[in-house]
Amino acid sequence: MNADDESLLEALLEGEHRALARVISKIENRSPGYRDLVSELYAHTGEADVIGVTGSPGAGKSTLVDKLAEAYRDGGETVGIIAIDPSSPFTGGAVLGDRIRMASTVGDMDVFVRSMSARGTLGGLSTATADAVKAMDAFGKDKIIIETVGAGQNEIDVVRTADTVAVLVPPGSGDDVQTLKAGILEIADVFVVNKADRPGADRTVQELRDMIHLGEAGGMGGGGHHGADAMGAGGGGRGNRGDGTDGSGGAGSAEPERWSPPIVETVATTGDGVGEFIDELAGHQQYLVDSGASTEKARRRYAEEIRTLLREDVHALLETELERAGGIDELADAVREGETDPYTIASDLLAPVEECLGELETTGADPE
Amino acid sequence: MSSEQEQESIRCLVAKVGLDGHDRGAHVIARAFRDAGFEVIYSGLHKAPEEIVQAAVQEDVDVLGISILSGAHDTLVPKIMDGLAEYGAEEDTLVLVGGVIPEEDRDELRAQGVAEIFGPGTSIEETIEFVRENAPER
Repeated sequence: MNADDESLLEALLEGEHRALARVISKIENRSPGYRDLVSELYAHTGEADVIGVTGSPGAGKSTLVDKLAEAYRDGGETVGIIAIDPSSPFTGGAVLGDRIRMASTVGDMDVFVRSMSARGTLGGLSTATADAVKAMDAFGKDKIIIETVGAGQNEIDVVRTADTVAVLVPPGSGDDVQTLKAGILEIADVFVVNKADRPGADRTVQELRDMIHLGEAGGMGGGGHHGADAMGAGGGGRGNRGDGTDGSGGAGSAEPERWSPPIVETVATTGDGVGEFIDELAGHQQYLVDSGASTEKARRRYAEEIRTLLREDVHALLETELERAGGIDELADAVREGETDPYTIASDLLAPVEECLGELETTGADPE
Repeated sequence: MSSEQEQESIRCLVAKVGLDGHDRGAHVIARAFRDAGFEVIYSGLHKAPEEIVQAAVQEDVDVLGISILSGAHDTLVPKIMDGLAEYGAEEDTLVLVGGVIPEEDRDELRAQGVAEIFGPGTSIEETIEFVRENAPER
């Protein structure tokens, strides 16, 4: 690490806000040396509770996050917020507007709000977000809230970097078939029916309740069972209720005891229900510790981080290789003109890589 | 060669400060900046100078565009500049002022560190060009 980055790290650890802001910029920009910085940060992390908040546009996420931050501040805790908005796939530009709704805590530097947009591809956003969380954690924030629109896989990956995920469901967001569909509802540790003063709120609560019960009865729905492939050894032994579904989906054995996501009703604009929401978040954090699920969760998260980093690196290597082969446009033209096909090109380009790895294996490893 | 791809993006805070409630211009600029590929953070209306400073520091913006139509620029802008200085963010933030600023007040604003003033009739392209050319290298 160079001297500048070292003093930046030092300033961050001492609690200088501008240093934190600058480190996050470096992370977002993938500035030279940012990886060394983040590696150093890891040693200072692990204290913060990380909460993800997601839901459809207009569900009231920012307003609720604002109230949440205010409540944590009243309790004497410091808060970091990462607010994610989409960027244009055409220009890369973005209007990051969540800050506007975070009015309860303005002027209080101990609520550090940072807006982010998706700049990269291939999990770039979730890497950048996870790294920014590390920076805030090392800085000393007690609670870190990640807020994002639950629109696509990229966004879902982002909130999954949190310990506890709250999904906001506004009243009247569709019939009960919507709750059966795959996607955002599956990642919820806590459901929030925000705008609970609006007509249809009761029905939405009921539909969510039915969905949760359905999941419990069938032993296959509910939250938190993604990445079942990583579970194998970890979850099998304990707390398994022996519901006989083992192996069929891998879901039943994923967590020692099943967490049944509670449903909270809130009116974020008035702050109604925020206290209860906080209690449920705390309840889930407690569950993670008591059940041992937090260990599993952390392992899964780090595994994902490693995978994402590797993917990004390999991707960059391949981009270089593509340039050497004449550029992607030329290759695409070759396919268009019927000279070759994408499968042939892919295996041709990867052949030298595979060869190199093969050689490493034979020279490096001890042949038994 | 490094396998890391840099992904820098010009970050701008478009800020409405003080009591003036006209934000059409700020919206137009925010949209135009977005279409130019910038990341735009919009402050919302009626912000105090301290709030603008807090946002500029936390968001680590390259560019701070202050929109003022109320005539209070000679009291509000210095407060923002002082605030930026307090956090050591004065030097590497490009500060622009847009709105109705009388000719005789402009030198004073420049002396306080405002890089450029865009009055009524300025073309959007001109503003974007200025940002592209003058956004601080970091």
